[in-house]
Amino acid sequence: MSAPSPPGGREPRRSRPGRGRRWTGLAGRYAALLLMLVVMLGPIVWQFLTSIRGRTENVYDGMLPSQPTLDNYVRVAESFPLLQYAGNTLVVAALAVSSNTLFAAMGGYALSRAAWKGRKVVFTLLVATLMFPFESVMISMFLTVREMGLVDTLIGVWLPGAVSVLNVMIMRSAFLAVPREVEEAAVLDGANEWTRFARVFLPSAKGALAVVCLTSFMGAWDDFLWPLLVLTDSDNYTLQLGLKTLAGATTVNDQRLIAAGAMAALIPMVLLFLALQRFFFKGVGEGAVKT
Amino acid sequence: MSAVDEAAGPKTPGSKTPGSKTPGSKAAESENGRAARREAAGRGRRARAAMEADTGLVHRSWWTPYLFLAPGLVMVCLFSIWPFANTVILSFTDARILRGGTFVGFANYARAFADPGFWVAAGNSVLYLVVVVPCLVFLPLALAVLVQTKIPGIGIFRSAFYTPVIASAVVVGLIWQWVLRSDGLVNTVFLKLSIVSEPIPFLTDSTMLLVSAMIVTVWKGLGYYMVFYLAALGNVPASLHEAAAIDGAGTVRRFFSITVPQVKPMMLLVGTLSAISALRVFTEIYILGGESGGPGGGARTLPFLIRQVGLGFAGETGYASALSILLFLLTLVFSLLGRRLSKGDET
Repeated sequence: MSAPSPPGGREPRRSRPGRGRRWTGLAGRYAALLLMLVVMLGPIVWQFLTSIRGRTENVYDGMLPSQPTLDNYVRVAESFPLLQYAGNTLVVAALAVSSNTLFAAMGGYALSRAAWKGRKVVFTLLVATLMFPFESVMISMFLTVREMGLVDTLIGVWLPGAVSVLNVMIMRSAFLAVPREVEEAAVLDGANEWTRFARVFLPSAKGALAVVCLTSFMGAWDDFLWPLLVLTDSDNYTLQLGLKTLAGATTVNDQRLIAAGAMAALIPMVLLFLALQRFFFKGVGEGAVKT
Repeated sequence: MSAVDEAAGPKTPGSKTPGSKTPGSKAAESENGRAARREAAGRGRRARAAMEADTGLVHRSWWTPYLFLAPGLVMVCLFSIWPFANTVILSFTDARILRGGTFVGFANYARAFADPGFWVAAGNSVLYLVVVVPCLVFLPLALAVLVQTKIPGIGIFRSAFYTPVIASAVVVGLIWQWVLRSDGLVNTVFLKLSIVSEPIPFLTDSTMLLVSAMIVTVWKGLGYYMVFYLAALGNVPASLHEAAAIDGAGTVRRFFSITVPQVKPMMLLVGTLSAISALRVFTEIYILGGESGGPGGGARTLPFLIRQVGLGFAGETGYASALSILLFLLTLVFSLLGRRLSKGDET
């Protein structure tokens, strides 16, 4: 409906009637933006409004709650072990973030710098594994984890995602961008391989490291299918499994509580996003396009 | 670079640096007593390349890179390559979850092709792809074009459109469940306005459930792929638009004759990525429709079926593995198709 005007906001010069058209164009653009805003945020806002509705008021009494309250959040935390589930999730997420940043950086370093025999083979092998959709190997993965005795443990939830190949590739392209001279200087300084990696390369790839941190944290926080396969005891549930249980629990059956649970899982992510926006967008582009 | 080299230079002991090559750089020549390096600097590019291969930034020993890669390689072998190989093997056996199997040839595959449940699930997965992919190729592009221009407040819109991406599939499922349920927002409003006399069975009819899940997938994917297109749009030279505008091309015309051809490679990438993720859909249907996957399992997708068949006390791992391989082949077809199309596009 509206084509991009050239970046920098400089439209080609036009005569007066053209200017009028530009104003209507701008108004049309804002109208479209507002419409999309309603589509994209409407369902979320509706869930949020439900989550702060008072106990006595009807869920459909007008758009806005007449007795707004945070009581539902307290009640859901009291009646349902959501905090424990969040704790379990944080354990998995902390493990995933540490293992992914360290090991993906190490792997990316080995793949990015000096040539060595077999590098191409290993690289091709790693890229090839990106072709296996998780869903087509999950049964065997479950069997492997069971063989290791890790079914129904948080370690079992974490381990298969401990180093994601995509993260290795992100770190690789970040290290490829480090100028050779920097590395050479470090060699002249007598820095050994590990020192060069830890003192020269890691600090120069902070942006990529942040992306890896963020994506592995979000992956652990949001994952559902794998924890669903691995975890059976509800004491070990992650937050997402807990939310599903909450929504299905016949004892709850109060949409206000379910909404509060969903919002409690969403809001930390939104805050994280708002604080670290630039890394989010960077991660999407790098992870997908450059590998 | 020379600043770094000079800073490093004086500290370096003259003789025994392992990688003393920095050939050709000015800083290298300023350091005396390094015959080898000065020679290298003088010998030109070919000699330089040879030097680098010899004494350049290679690892100290052949196993150093493997040491760095070890954790990653172990994980990939354990949780990617081995499971895949194992899936292939198991797909030719009658293994169950609690016992190993014996070789049965292609019996599992034959069973799949004769199983109406498989065809329903495969059909659902492909239908999902066919509906969702065009939406996710074109709508995010339109959205990206919409938010591309720097007008006041555009940052807020961009972030808002990205919010569904951050939400987990479970949260998104719950949010939409509350919109689409028989007593949800849409049905309540429609009933009040007498648009419908009975609630629309968004989540209780198999086809409607599938459509609802598609809506959720598209809604969640819009912001994600919008960012891809923003990156691609940033590379479209402004001069193209200016030239076309001077030639009298309107905004719509410019969109189709300039923007679309310029972002075509990105459209192919988005198409491939969204096709593969459409074949992997599980959580949306699981949350919206419940564990059975709609009434009679009518809205089950392939991953849904694989999980149901393969796990639990009676889990038929052999049969589930055959289904997994079929799912893998299906995704392979579409990723190869995407690659083929983009290759053809380059020439």
